[in-house]
Amino acid sequence: MIVAVASGKGGTGKTSVAVNMALSVGNVQLLDCDVEEPNAYLLLNPKMHSTEPVYVLVPNINEELCSHCGECAKFCQYNAIFVSPDKNLFFPELCHSCGGCTLACPRQAITEEKRRIGALKFGTVGDLKLVYGELDVGEPMAVPLIKAVKSQIEDNTNVIIDAPVGTSCPVIETVRESDFCVLVTEPTPFGLHDLKITVEVLRKMSIPFGVVVNRSGIGDNKVYQYCEEENIPILMEIPYQRKIAELYSRGVPFSLEMPEWKEKFQTLFSEITRIVQE
Amino acid sequence: MKQLTILSGKGGTGKTTLTASLAVLARNAVLADCDVDAPDLHMLLHPELIKTQEFKGSKLAVIDKIKCDNCVVCREKCRFEAITEAIEVDPIACEGCGVCAAICPSDAITMIERVSGYAYISKTKYGYMAHALLSPGESNSGKLVTLVRQNARILSEKENSDLIIIDGPPGIGCPVIASLSGVDVSLVITEPTMSGIHDLQRALRLIKHFNVRSLVCVNMYDINKDNTNKILRFCEENGIKVVGRIPFNPKVTEAMVNGKTIIEYAPESNVAKEIEKIWKNCQVSFNLGNG
Repeated sequence: MIVAVASGKGGTGKTSVAVNMALSVGNVQLLDCDVEEPNAYLLLNPKMHSTEPVYVLVPNINEELCSHCGECAKFCQYNAIFVSPDKNLFFPELCHSCGGCTLACPRQAITEEKRRIGALKFGTVGDLKLVYGELDVGEPMAVPLIKAVKSQIEDNTNVIIDAPVGTSCPVIETVRESDFCVLVTEPTPFGLHDLKITVEVLRKMSIPFGVVVNRSGIGDNKVYQYCEEENIPILMEIPYQRKIAELYSRGVPFSLEMPEWKEKFQTLFSEITRIVQE
Repeated sequence: MKQLTILSGKGGTGKTTLTASLAVLARNAVLADCDVDAPDLHMLLHPELIKTQEFKGSKLAVIDKIKCDNCVVCREKCRFEAITEAIEVDPIACEGCGVCAAICPSDAITMIERVSGYAYISKTKYGYMAHALLSPGESNSGKLVTLVRQNARILSEKENSDLIIIDGPPGIGCPVIASLSGVDVSLVITEPTMSGIHDLQRALRLIKHFNVRSLVCVNMYDINKDNTNKILRFCEENGIKVVGRIPFNPKVTEAMVNGKTIIEYAPESNVAKEIEKIWKNCQVSFNLGNG
């Protein structure tokens, strides 16, 4: 089973929920797909085993064969190639690696070469397996790295995925093919507004989901009203407590210091399993 | 005209709360909400909509089933796994590259423009505002950010405003880069948590990579003073000016629930006072605005 943990708004506690759930359930592989700002490892202090570079394919134009006809630039939807009569310019950050330019070139002057965008990192905490991606600073394209992280998904494992923030392409790529998505929010107007946008995305993708309300007690009750009206199950509430905030600030998963929460996260996971199996 | 981008790396550290407060203090700045995935600035500034613009950020492949002879070449060549076994286009996966249309031997595929969201121009009590909303599940948020910034520049020229304040998205990827390119200053707001520190460092490296000057402020600095000190030390070692330390105060959430900035809701609060200081420091540091 693959369970993604997502949130439209940042800082609502996605990583906390993903990590605490991963530590409370057995046979878990945790994937951190927030490759722009991977944080799960900061809470887990894993033993790291290996690192693998991740590449994308980009065009390499052979100047000897190139006639500067401009067909490649005309084809490229991302404006990554600029051709003038005496020179070609390639902007690697804009390239989506579609391979279209190699097809468009009438002289077979373009081949593809590898370009590094980040790395995959592998670690363990006890029997918990952690895989995360780390985008190189300055690289704009998170999606190919997210695909690389997800290619590591193991069969017959409880896979928990920490998703990036927002609702655009990196999030879509992350939650795609998940069996369930946990939406973490907080009971504030920003939390509710961003939750509604995320709900729309998941409905469009036909992925079942439920809500975890973090920092309950702050803000107002409109998140609860919305979930009731929309028939969205509230799977868990995590109250705003100084102790939880303080443990988080030190990078300690609170279920380790507050064992009653380990059980609650186990219950959360069984509830998700039940919903998925229905 | 100068441009200031508020960033954080980590989400939820108070970017929008700070941006809205600076908008109130700056007076006559043009505002740009570049968090186009989940824009929240309008909930504090209540803009009056003036103009809506369709955002056509990319194309979408459409297969003519009558012409298609199921040769599956398109499916084999698509790098985005956007063509299903039934030879249908998955609009969520399609990145509009046009490879399928170019190689289809039956000419069965055309590329159409897709509306991926909307850009808006609005007026608030504190100045004009450019904002947008990416349609759920669409891509190309970087391009939409660029459109919002273009709109903001046009507004600032028209209104004779000397400052654009940009509320940036979280992370360090394409929409963040689009929010950052060519600005004068980036103010990074962080929190004293392990994740906050880690994400701050990555955000600062990104800002440096694009040759933009950075300033830092620490939000809720009193929830972990050891970590706050770590941030202060890190900034000092790297020659980055810390323009303020905002204390934790539940009034910030109360203000949000009431749809107001903290400056309007609790002008005498310690948070409002500190943000006023941050604004003054920003002005001094980079001669922003004339206030």
